[in-house]
Amino acid sequence: MLNSLWCRRLAGLLLLWVAAFARADLSVDIVGGGANRYPLAVPAFAGEAAGDALTGIVRGDLALTGMVDLKPVPAGAIAADAAQLNAPVWRTLGAYAVLAGRMSTGAGGLTRVDYQLVQLAPRKVLAEGGYEVPPAALADAGHRIADAVYRALFGEPSFFLSRIAYVLKEGRGSYALQVSDVDGRNARTVLRSKEPIISPAWSPDGGRLAYVSFETGKPVVWVQDLGSGQRRVLANYRGSNSAPAWRPDGQALAVVLTTSGNSQIYLVGAGGGAPQRLTRSGAIDTEPDFSPDGSRIAFVSDRSGGPQVYVMPATGGEPQRISWQGSYNVSPRFSPDGKQLTYMRREGGRFRVVVHDLASNDARVVSDEVYGESPSFAPNGRMVLFASDAGARSVLWASSPDGTSKVRLGTVSGEVQDPAWGPARP
Amino acid sequence: MFKRVLMASAIASLLAACSSTQPPAPADTAPAVQQPVVTAPVTPAVDAAAEARLAAERARLAKESVYFDFDSNAIRADQQARVSQHAEFLKANPGQQAQIQGNTDARGSREYNLALGQRRAESVKNALEVLGVKGDQLEAVSYGKEKPRAEGSSAADFAENRRADVAYR
Repeated sequence: MLNSLWCRRLAGLLLLWVAAFARADLSVDIVGGGANRYPLAVPAFAGEAAGDALTGIVRGDLALTGMVDLKPVPAGAIAADAAQLNAPVWRTLGAYAVLAGRMSTGAGGLTRVDYQLVQLAPRKVLAEGGYEVPPAALADAGHRIADAVYRALFGEPSFFLSRIAYVLKEGRGSYALQVSDVDGRNARTVLRSKEPIISPAWSPDGGRLAYVSFETGKPVVWVQDLGSGQRRVLANYRGSNSAPAWRPDGQALAVVLTTSGNSQIYLVGAGGGAPQRLTRSGAIDTEPDFSPDGSRIAFVSDRSGGPQVYVMPATGGEPQRISWQGSYNVSPRFSPDGKQLTYMRREGGRFRVVVHDLASNDARVVSDEVYGESPSFAPNGRMVLFASDAGARSVLWASSPDGTSKVRLGTVSGEVQDPAWGPARP
Repeated sequence: MFKRVLMASAIASLLAACSSTQPPAPADTAPAVQQPVVTAPVTPAVDAAAEARLAAERARLAKESVYFDFDSNAIRADQQARVSQHAEFLKANPGQQAQIQGNTDARGSREYNLALGQRRAESVKNALEVLGVKGDQLEAVSYGKEKPRAEGSSAADFAENRRADVAYR
């Protein structure tokens, strides 16, 4: 499975514009993708109105992966279900499979959506299902159908049900911490401030965000519940408070405090309590990130001179240096399987996003931009999200860990900073 | 009328507070700066003159930023005199609190820059303590690369942002 998957992503540059975004705050365009992508046709569902955000979302999600070759479908072409599917006609479009579906009015004003993913030769239903949702939840149904298609084609979960958090800087003195679906839809502002907001970090259950806000005149770590909007101070000690990272059990966070006179990593309970110091150096120790099993913490330290990536036991203790290439390696984040780290490296005046395999120590650059910052893995490990400068503004990119497939999530206005890819929703 | 005077003086004190941490705003974005603010005569207090002198001194010192070299938190020889001025003022006014705000240029990660800015702020704090200022008058914090005084990316802009400000509270 894995081999054919990597195979599909190999080589070839392809420019594909994904249209049909009803109201996306971030638009999506693919600038690189594997040549051996799965050829799929996703026509509009029977009964789907032009303004419905359903198959557009399915197409957008699948395009994000760089693993699906979405075949252009003639206007008006509809496949309601497997029984009505004229396989030879669809095969002339180059598709190996078609996502057929229909929308209808269900009970109590709900919208009923049924789908079948049909392989054309040999003819076989690869996945099928249905949802009854209020009109407002149609986008969610779209993401769930896309996830079912992805699972059927590639045998693993997608990242379509996850969300991303980022800070939108709308000019000097205007910051909005936002959360959106993975395709940039449903963006909502969690916190607006005249002072900087940095370093959003998702709780493992996706229900809370920790972040650093400068609203009180200095960096202070807050935790905010995304459901209720309620928030409270997590760390506000003398000096600076920053770099929150959740322990995978959600019960504690690593933060950086400066009460010792230098930036050091501490552990604080999610509900408060006295901080417990985890690093003891005279250097800068910052940017902690827990391994998914909770046993290790990756962090940045300049104890060797310049900033480098280290890994230590989650309870503190002797760190092991991970990055040896280049004089500046920062912002490490674990992959969901704990086997890789992505981080940012300065290389000849450029800042590159690197994916580092911890077993082989193979570290590969996955970004071409002059400046890439704050990389984080998708919850299924198949993409790395990062922000980059594009002229005067910054944009979001998602790249496959091998760098062969890349997607640009362009912002409509403002500067997107500190993206963080959240966990998958159930 | 009284309300307007209150508003005007509130704006004036807000502007004064702003000037302690921020560069003068460009004229086109801050028209209020150009309007002379007329306030009603204040009830004379016994130490009004002394307070005014202190406020003026704070305002003057707030502009005395301490600059650093690239990738360095060492107090440069040409910045020593500024540190000494702050030290003299803080020693003469032991009840005065000061927040030392470290800043960096725009290159690199936000959190690592926050730590570098902290190191610059701590460096100024230590230098002040060496000159006899009490540690409990001082708090070293960092703005990292988040609040640049110069928005450009020239060498001069970067140099302007490698600094620590002393904000009197």
